[in-house]
Amino acid sequence: MGIDLPLVWMVIIGFGLMMYVIMDGFDLGIGMLLPLIRNREDRDRMVNTVAPVWDGNETWLVLGGAGLLAAFPTAYSILLSALYFPLILMLIGLILRGVAFEFRFKADDAHKPFWDRAFTWGSFIATLSQGIALGSIINGFTVSNLVFAGGAFDFLSPFSMFTGLCLLVAYALLGATWLVMKTDGFVQGQMRRAAQLLVVALLVAIAIVSVWTPLAHPGIARRWFSFPNIAFFSPVPILVLFTSWALVRSLRRDGQAKPFVLTLFLLFLGYTGLLISIWPNIVPPSVSFRDAAGPAQSMGFTLVGALLIIPFILTYSAWSYFVFRGKIGNDEGYH
Amino acid sequence: MFGLSSLELSRMQFAFTVSVHIIFPAITIGLASFLAVLEALWLWKKQRVYYDLYQFWMHVFAVNFGMGVVSGLVMAYEFGTNWSQFSSVAGGITGPLLAYEVLTAFFLEAGFLGVMLFGRDKVGPGLHFFATVMVAVGTLISTTWILASNSWMQTPQGFSIVNGRAIPVNWLEVIFNPSFPFRLAHMTVAAYLSTALFVGASGAWHLLKGHSTDAVRTMLSMAMWMIVIVAPIQIFLGDAHGLNTLKYQPAKIAAIEGHWENKGDSSPLVLVGFPDMEAEVTRAAVEVPRLGSILLTHSLHGQIPPLKSFPKSDRPNSSIVFWTFRLMAGLGFLMALLGLWAAVLRARKRLYTSRLFLRFATLMGPSGLVALLAGWMTTEIGRQPWVVYGLLRTENAVSNHSAAAVSATLAIFVAVYVFVFGTGVSYMLKLVAKGPYGVRGADMSEPGQARRPARPLSATPDNIDPAITK
Repeated sequence: MGIDLPLVWMVIIGFGLMMYVIMDGFDLGIGMLLPLIRNREDRDRMVNTVAPVWDGNETWLVLGGAGLLAAFPTAYSILLSALYFPLILMLIGLILRGVAFEFRFKADDAHKPFWDRAFTWGSFIATLSQGIALGSIINGFTVSNLVFAGGAFDFLSPFSMFTGLCLLVAYALLGATWLVMKTDGFVQGQMRRAAQLLVVALLVAIAIVSVWTPLAHPGIARRWFSFPNIAFFSPVPILVLFTSWALVRSLRRDGQAKPFVLTLFLLFLGYTGLLISIWPNIVPPSVSFRDAAGPAQSMGFTLVGALLIIPFILTYSAWSYFVFRGKIGNDEGYH
Repeated sequence: MFGLSSLELSRMQFAFTVSVHIIFPAITIGLASFLAVLEALWLWKKQRVYYDLYQFWMHVFAVNFGMGVVSGLVMAYEFGTNWSQFSSVAGGITGPLLAYEVLTAFFLEAGFLGVMLFGRDKVGPGLHFFATVMVAVGTLISTTWILASNSWMQTPQGFSIVNGRAIPVNWLEVIFNPSFPFRLAHMTVAAYLSTALFVGASGAWHLLKGHSTDAVRTMLSMAMWMIVIVAPIQIFLGDAHGLNTLKYQPAKIAAIEGHWENKGDSSPLVLVGFPDMEAEVTRAAVEVPRLGSILLTHSLHGQIPPLKSFPKSDRPNSSIVFWTFRLMAGLGFLMALLGLWAAVLRARKRLYTSRLFLRFATLMGPSGLVALLAGWMTTEIGRQPWVVYGLLRTENAVSNHSAAAVSATLAIFVAVYVFVFGTGVSYMLKLVAKGPYGVRGADMSEPGQARRPARPLSATPDNIDPAITK
């Protein structure tokens, strides 16, 4: 076959992870923003904006894992064992968050606040773990003979803790702008205020990461500042600043869907920055996606399904969003 | 932790997380199909009872489904976190099967679940029914892929080994490996049977409490029809699966039977006993002459390879699988008995009134899940010491973690699972106890007419507790 299978699979997995970051990003963000709203009915509205779609959003994470196992089994085995603690904690967080969707409606009144807290803590834990995992991937792992050879706590570093914080801010901003789009009245007003603070926090975070990353990782610095990459890169800071400005402006001027769309663009910029930083490695600093590629028969077989089925998935997922479009009113969901 | 190695702890962690997980998809598979049938009956016959039952079981389904999703997510990652050598060696085969499961099943279920649970007043009845059917189909597709993967690990074929890794050569052979059709049929029917027993027990419990409504009687009746038809089929499928296992994994069958050596011209069936792996005997054995030959070879003089014909290092733990198998098979026959009894009572028009029968049906509620877990343990412990049969030993599949690290995560999993899923199951049982009568706020005698007033976007009614304190 003339198809560059490992490359195509990198694109598919990259796309799947981006879908996950965006879609479960706002779900998790809502969990983190829940403590800002005290009133139970308002909290229900916030949760109800994603109740019909969160499961589909989370499925992109399963696709990321399964796709990685199918196409790059070596990378899957190195990354998942290297990230043992953060991933287990992420799963625990996602369990608490996931069951809280149902449990917080079903518990008796005395226990409802408990499941609200589980929803929030689960979201925090899952997001922080993902951010830490991200940072430690940028840091890289000790690998010998394509097997993880480092220690159980190698993932823990000031840099990875900081990327954990960055992801908290990013998901919270996604959640806040999602809620601006899907609610009105008091909740929307609160989220507009929260989102403006979060934009500033995210800008600071992006600035620090942009300085810290090349300083701590000479390899990434070379990749960033060599020609022609630098030419592609140079507009990115300007785009980030411009998008943030437009975002704040829209938040102040009664923008409904626009803040969310701009946040998506902002995250997309950050995501591409990350990809460029580690490309072509799949397990930095030494294992490239070609080293980790699985059998061509495995990649080819799965590719047929992925290309045929993903368009259908996108179609019916979009339909589900369409069915539940519009603002979630206070009356909605109550009888 | 307690002097256990990282390997043993990883096995415990996987066994614990998968055993808790498997309960939820089993009920999801059964309830999704049940709901599709109920909605079809409602659209067709326009009888209120089917709508009430749909709404009632949908609430239980929603809680159960959520727990299945989050506990299943763990499984997709544990292959790598704890079994990285397995992923590295066999990922080229199990990975694509898992990826197909995600693409064809998980997204389908998730994509239509929202409309199924919350979309009743947003889409028409036809489209809502379509969503229910898609969710049900998704659960069955999911079953198919995951059992193809599991079966390949039990009876691998269609691959070659290159540089120590399994490379797929023929995907049809990989998927349709020798044990796949048997395992798929046995497991799918087990899910249906477990759900029918659960639904039937719910109906029987309500009848015992004196709640003899149309909906309660209908759900008992539907469950008992399912059991009387399916329980005998399951016994037949189990027998066929056993013979298939004998052909491809004879050590597993020898361990199940506590059969150490061949003597005379036929094998007895050990009814009960205590297989001793060290002494290589089955202690306190109660045997029926010739029955082993008859059951396992369907002939008077056939014999099976005994445990002693396998090297000690290749023998699965007979002390465990001997009993897990008997637990499963014994419950299976009790299920068939329950179905038969129901049929007799139905003919005599006493199905809803015989208290003895209703008590038995209530007691049998969890039996499907217990049997399913026991059967699962039999087949999984019975394929040890291999993780991919004859190809990769479990001890060579594990990640390189310290025992302390795995102890920590195992402790976290046990604490969180017991608390979270224990709570969830108690919520499910409370919902069941609430009963399918008088679904609040629903006033809909015909499909499409008078759309329901908006419900909470939780698929489950708020605050179920007061109903329990009656």
